[in-house]
Amino acid sequence: MTHIINVSRREILKGAAAGGLALSIGIPPPNAALAAEPKYGADGMPHGWVNDPRVFVGVASDGTVSIVCHRSEMGQGVRTGMPLIVADEMEADWSKVKIVQAPGDEVAFGNQDTDGSRSTRHFMRPMRQCGAAARMMLEAAAAKKWGVDVGDVEAKNNEVINKKSGAKLGYGELAADAAKMPVPAADALKLKSPEAFRYIGKEGAKIVDGFDITTGRARYGQDVLLPGMKFAVIARPPVMGGKVKTYNEPAAMAVPGVVKVVTIPAPDLPSAFLPVGGVAVVADNTYAAIKGREALGVTWDDGPHAVYDSVAYRKDLEETARKPGLVVRKDGDFDAALKGAAKTIEAEYYVPHLAHATMEPPAATAVVKDGSCEVWTSVQSPQAAHDLCAKATGIAPEKVKVNVTLLGGGFGRKSKPDFAVEAALIAKAMDGVPVKVVWTREDDIRNGYYHTVSLERLVAGLDASGKTVAWLHNSTAPTILALFAPDPKHEMPIELGMGLVDNPFAVPNMRMENGEAPAHTRIGWYRSVSNISHAFAIQSFAGELAAAAGKDQKDYLLDLIGPARIVDANKAVENFWDYGENVAVYPIDTGRLRKVVELVADKGEWGRKLPARHGLGIAAHRSFTTYVAVIVEAAVDDAGKLSIPRVDIAIDPGHFVNPDRIRSQLQGAVIMGIGLAMSSQITYKNGRVVQSNFDDYLVTRMPDMPQVTNVHITPADYKLPPGGVGEPGVPPVAPALTNAIFAAIGKRIRTLPIGAQLKA
Amino acid sequence: MATFKLNGQEKSFDGDQAIPALWYLRDIAGLTGTKFGCGVAACGACTIHLDGDAVRACQTPMSAVADKSITTIEGLDPNGNHPLQVAWRDLNVPQCGYCQAGQIMQAAALLKDKPQPTNADIDEAMFGNICRCGTYQRIRAAIHQASKGG
Repeated sequence: MTHIINVSRREILKGAAAGGLALSIGIPPPNAALAAEPKYGADGMPHGWVNDPRVFVGVASDGTVSIVCHRSEMGQGVRTGMPLIVADEMEADWSKVKIVQAPGDEVAFGNQDTDGSRSTRHFMRPMRQCGAAARMMLEAAAAKKWGVDVGDVEAKNNEVINKKSGAKLGYGELAADAAKMPVPAADALKLKSPEAFRYIGKEGAKIVDGFDITTGRARYGQDVLLPGMKFAVIARPPVMGGKVKTYNEPAAMAVPGVVKVVTIPAPDLPSAFLPVGGVAVVADNTYAAIKGREALGVTWDDGPHAVYDSVAYRKDLEETARKPGLVVRKDGDFDAALKGAAKTIEAEYYVPHLAHATMEPPAATAVVKDGSCEVWTSVQSPQAAHDLCAKATGIAPEKVKVNVTLLGGGFGRKSKPDFAVEAALIAKAMDGVPVKVVWTREDDIRNGYYHTVSLERLVAGLDASGKTVAWLHNSTAPTILALFAPDPKHEMPIELGMGLVDNPFAVPNMRMENGEAPAHTRIGWYRSVSNISHAFAIQSFAGELAAAAGKDQKDYLLDLIGPARIVDANKAVENFWDYGENVAVYPIDTGRLRKVVELVADKGEWGRKLPARHGLGIAAHRSFTTYVAVIVEAAVDDAGKLSIPRVDIAIDPGHFVNPDRIRSQLQGAVIMGIGLAMSSQITYKNGRVVQSNFDDYLVTRMPDMPQVTNVHITPADYKLPPGGVGEPGVPPVAPALTNAIFAAIGKRIRTLPIGAQLKA
Repeated sequence: MATFKLNGQEKSFDGDQAIPALWYLRDIAGLTGTKFGCGVAACGACTIHLDGDAVRACQTPMSAVADKSITTIEGLDPNGNHPLQVAWRDLNVPQCGYCQAGQIMQAAALLKDKPQPTNADIDEAMFGNICRCGTYQRIRAAIHQASKGG
């Protein structure tokens, strides 16, 4: 079989030179029609999108259809979802589809930054266009062969049918001719109508890596093996900004199997995605490298961030949040409304740092040889990995290649490719010998990019009828911006836009504030980011207000949300950030938020009769342009042991590709939300992370899971654009759980994790 | 020098007998299906069978495998069709998939002991296997499905 696949421009050209039977025959010309479209969504991202079928689709002579996935697979199902979109529009037979993972090359493939719940949202359209263009090229080739009008042929399930004669030509037979057909312009594409979809929005797709995963064949960053390779672990500074003082190289070299010790320079702060520096021990196997690292006995100059102490820092956050902060949204007059209120309610909520703790600790393999660098790694951001590896090694960008393996979890951690840069730097010192950098779990827990720590202070005024008329929310947390800019004082629009300033409640007098908070560790984005702390506070507070007003939680939440309407966030907020989207396309639609609340209340049997010490809690939150509502049933026994008999979670993502992966993402979001609510936290003492592994950084285990989790997806609405799915499930889970605990036993949890707070 | 069976084949290893089977399997034998997750027996990603019992490869030095038989995920079934593997695929259990080899190996040992496990049996047996993607609900369902013969 001649099977040319188009994984990069270089290989596209190679394929053309070899006369391959593929659609990929040239470098795509710029597409004028696309350039004229507004800059938002994928188009607003670096390198935008590419919708050229010659980049993404190859057809072999045996009819095998190769579809390139240019986004990173970390469990969200993108290697199944993106190709399903292309296959549907091109009328490919899914059983004949092979997936090809793109290397980091955004000029060729468009944006590859796999985070922000963006893959389906941003690439539904270009992937449909790719598929439709490929189908039309195959149809044109068949029409030409038969000498008939293209209107007389129709592509169907990997074949083109002559509607008049009934003759058929397989895609494999047409591939060579189709490759010579002009690529239809974007405005000439005939996209399928949704009723004709075979895969988009349908049940039944098995994940494409299922066999490899269940048989141990799947390859992650940790699993890369190359002939003659070595293995490295790195001693990294325990405090942000720390530097190596002394280390004992001979002692490490004396460990059997150790072959080299390599220092990695400490970066200046802010260090963005650069490695934190340290000393690498390279050995014949990972065990020897770990033993060699133990022998190094590194001592450190900690620098100024050694002051970081989580107990003291919380006090600072509390003091700051109680003072006026930077006003980031103001509707009406909060102070006047509070003065006139019949009742005032105040509460403070605290959410600690979290570590992503992906099951696969970060890892990367690199070889630097003959002036080029090749990397194999599990990154969410292969282009950033590529650019940083080139810069760090001084190797020309066109001589650097980053291959993307499967990711053993991402959650935002693997957007930061510091570990790929480490591998490239060590490989540069290895005279052409490949080297894999293995992060141990301790490395992962102690040198991560952590979810921020936040104090959320809320004050509300209720009128005599119990209605909320005044709302103050001060959110104080160190910002992700500290990774990129020196000593920023406030959070960025992207953090404020995740649940704080985009609050959809119909309260006439609202003020949102952001207090100053210095960063003493690397703050990064963690699945659903600032929505975690904002939603926990807002949805918990909604429950507290319902209790204060003596109203049903769900009814009160709907009252707060108010009537179905579009919230004019651009008017309310300066520099409003709507997940990088155009608010005209992705408005804040309280009608959709109400709908998921009503859906979950109906399917989740809100108000059902429960045993003693059981309670129901509800929460709803829009994030990543998608609407989610959750009902948790919590049970707390006399000893204070918490269990979760049932969870119902409803989602309105507009339209979507693969309902099974929506269910799996939401089932997973429930587990992650429960874990961060019940037990996960990162704390600091003397600038150092206290936790080290899964025995003290606690995550959800099987016995903690809900006995039942029901996922309810609104039917696909093709008038709505697709929304994000990977992250929006997480934010409402924790407050739904703590609201349920309050309903069960009357105890209000305001500090996460719950830990031992329920113990009798 | 230790001699042992690895997925049915006779093997010997004359290196450092203190090296955990995890790193022997992954770095030396080239069998990367057994995953590194924590190194301290706290996550279950490296679960293998030693003479049929589920053990954590990260806590099993090569000195402990002498004259014994190791089965890894690659050797669980010659065609990858152990009832658990079939059920796992049928129910689309994995998300990222990294922990799933360890989950399947742990579940396989459970089914050998208890062919018809209850939810409580499953919770107890699977407690040590973490999945950060949160596939527990489907893992439990897949174990039940496999226990009923698919």
